[in-house]
Amino acid sequence: MLKDEDRIFQNLYNDSGADLESAKLRNDWTGTKEILEKGREWIINEVKSSELRGRGGAGFPTGLKWSFAPKEVGSRPHYLVINADESEPGTCKDRDILRFEPHKLIEGCLIASYAVNANKCYIYIRGEYFNEGQKLQTAIDEAYKNNLIGKNALNSRWDLDIYIHYGAGAYICGEETALLESLEGKKGQPRLKPPFPALIGLYGCPTIINNVETVAAVPTILRRGAKWFSSLGRAKNTGTKIYCISGNVNNPCNVEEEMGVSLKELIETHAGGVVGGWDNLKAVIPGGSSMPMLPKEICDNMKMDFDACVENKTGLGTAGIVVINNDQDIIKCMARIARFYKHESCGQCTPCREGSGWMWRMLERMAAGEATPDEVDMLFDVTKQIEGHTICAFGEGSSWPVQGLIRHFKDEILERNKFDPVVKKNKNIPYLVDQHLLEKENA
Amino acid sequence: MSIKKIHKEQPETFKFNDKSMEAANKIVSNYPDGKQQSAVMALLYIAQRQNDNWIPLKAMKYIAKFLDMPYIKVYEVATFYSMYNLSPVGKYFFQVCTTTPCMLRGAYDLVKVCKNKISEKENVLSDDGKISWMEVECLGACVNAPMMQINEDYYEDLNDKKLEEIIETIYQNKIPKPGSYSGRINTEPVNNRKTLLGNKNA
Repeated sequence: MLKDEDRIFQNLYNDSGADLESAKLRNDWTGTKEILEKGREWIINEVKSSELRGRGGAGFPTGLKWSFAPKEVGSRPHYLVINADESEPGTCKDRDILRFEPHKLIEGCLIASYAVNANKCYIYIRGEYFNEGQKLQTAIDEAYKNNLIGKNALNSRWDLDIYIHYGAGAYICGEETALLESLEGKKGQPRLKPPFPALIGLYGCPTIINNVETVAAVPTILRRGAKWFSSLGRAKNTGTKIYCISGNVNNPCNVEEEMGVSLKELIETHAGGVVGGWDNLKAVIPGGSSMPMLPKEICDNMKMDFDACVENKTGLGTAGIVVINNDQDIIKCMARIARFYKHESCGQCTPCREGSGWMWRMLERMAAGEATPDEVDMLFDVTKQIEGHTICAFGEGSSWPVQGLIRHFKDEILERNKFDPVVKKNKNIPYLVDQHLLEKENA
Repeated sequence: MSIKKIHKEQPETFKFNDKSMEAANKIVSNYPDGKQQSAVMALLYIAQRQNDNWIPLKAMKYIAKFLDMPYIKVYEVATFYSMYNLSPVGKYFFQVCTTTPCMLRGAYDLVKVCKNKISEKENVLSDDGKISWMEVECLGACVNAPMMQINEDYYEDLNDKKLEEIIETIYQNKIPKPGSYSGRINTEPVNNRKTLLGNKNA
């Protein structure tokens, strides 16, 4: 288990208060000015050598992302945007940072905005986190009052303004370009990439977008050194991460642990074990609902970091671990996730707009045992038609969990769905043709 | 599903009151000159709060003028995002999260209680007209499942009994205490905390 002193988010459970005074006792805002004085290059290089990877799901190296921002500010101002639109089912880590560690985030914003030459920072918070946003605003006001941000922040001759922008209940706005659209006051539909936001982002200006946890971890990394951070975990998967353990466990919780911690340790030690014991485990979704689930056999020896997850054909994502035990209907669980994606599809690309609904309806029928055995392969085909054929990663996010279900639990679906349609002829009808029209001939 | 059906009875006029106006102007100043359209989401929310938790068409027109943008663009935003109610909802608006992490821990028991105690159907007012409820997608408090949102507050670690008590409290014109209903603090593991114990005991 990670030593307490190596945990970045000391106030994860709000033992000591989120105000500036308490935050300073936790070393926030210590030596921030000295960090800024070391210069942009040093900051970016230090973040690079810490091998910090984005904590929002994709795991893109943060230092590298920052280095994409133009070195000099041209005619267009630079922006820093913080993605606090946390809505991935199974994930609730940013919420705790917003309400209990806001000063870590604000300090991170100052350092990051300095590193990428931005004088304005927008924090996009999902609309449902209204109270969390208010708490963050209180912390921002405190920071302004103490000249930690604002004009000539910390006497570093750097100006930074931080504004909160509330979302209004759209999962897709967690996608970075949809988030920018939403920030510009439009509906949240993702943009084509390239151009990437680092060159053409908010209002057409260079924009760096980072997750809350990523930015909030930066001040501690710079204070304690990249070496310390990269000594935790393993190469390319360094540092600590907040894991959210939910579902059928005895004590669901958020906990910060080292990267690469074993899944079993997280569940058994921190979350009090699976309801009904480890042997009652059915499957685990390791990284928020977009990531394919893993059956118990893999969970037994699973390490939780980016690369280990990829080796097992899934992803660390946001590290929202959803535990499903044998008392649950696994097909029904997936059908509910498919309904989530059907509801949240922005409707811009046809494969996703239509396909997400198909997947949901097919899974509902499979859960009820009303599907034919052929349809399982058909469902897999639908997921393949969506994946890679959409503007943003929502297509992958909605089809991967279904693929995970079919990959690991196909037998169970087939077991339940033995329904044989009366129509024996015309078996090779492609699923795009309206089956009912053809059935009439055979009636 | 969100409430995107335009209400039949629309008010004749809509105007920001002083409080809303102040808030709206402050928000518009957060964005660069000429980019006031960015404020449309916040302004719709302000209008919704002023107008008993729903947005009439007149408010959209008003906001379009306020921000100097086409009315249809405001309409587009109002119908895209699920938090804007285009028809009236109860004074106490229950949103029950039923996405998988909550479902695994009994969210549909909460739905059953809502059906029994509030109204058989979603988005229909209770008999006394105070409460309405709906199912929503993930509210981002998964380790505190099952949970729900009443207006702006989260109610966490619920079960059917506790929800019944909450509803009773509201029927008695009292506002129940938000937060966890299992007695735990925030997102720590109940009775099983192994980390940051020094801070806890400090």
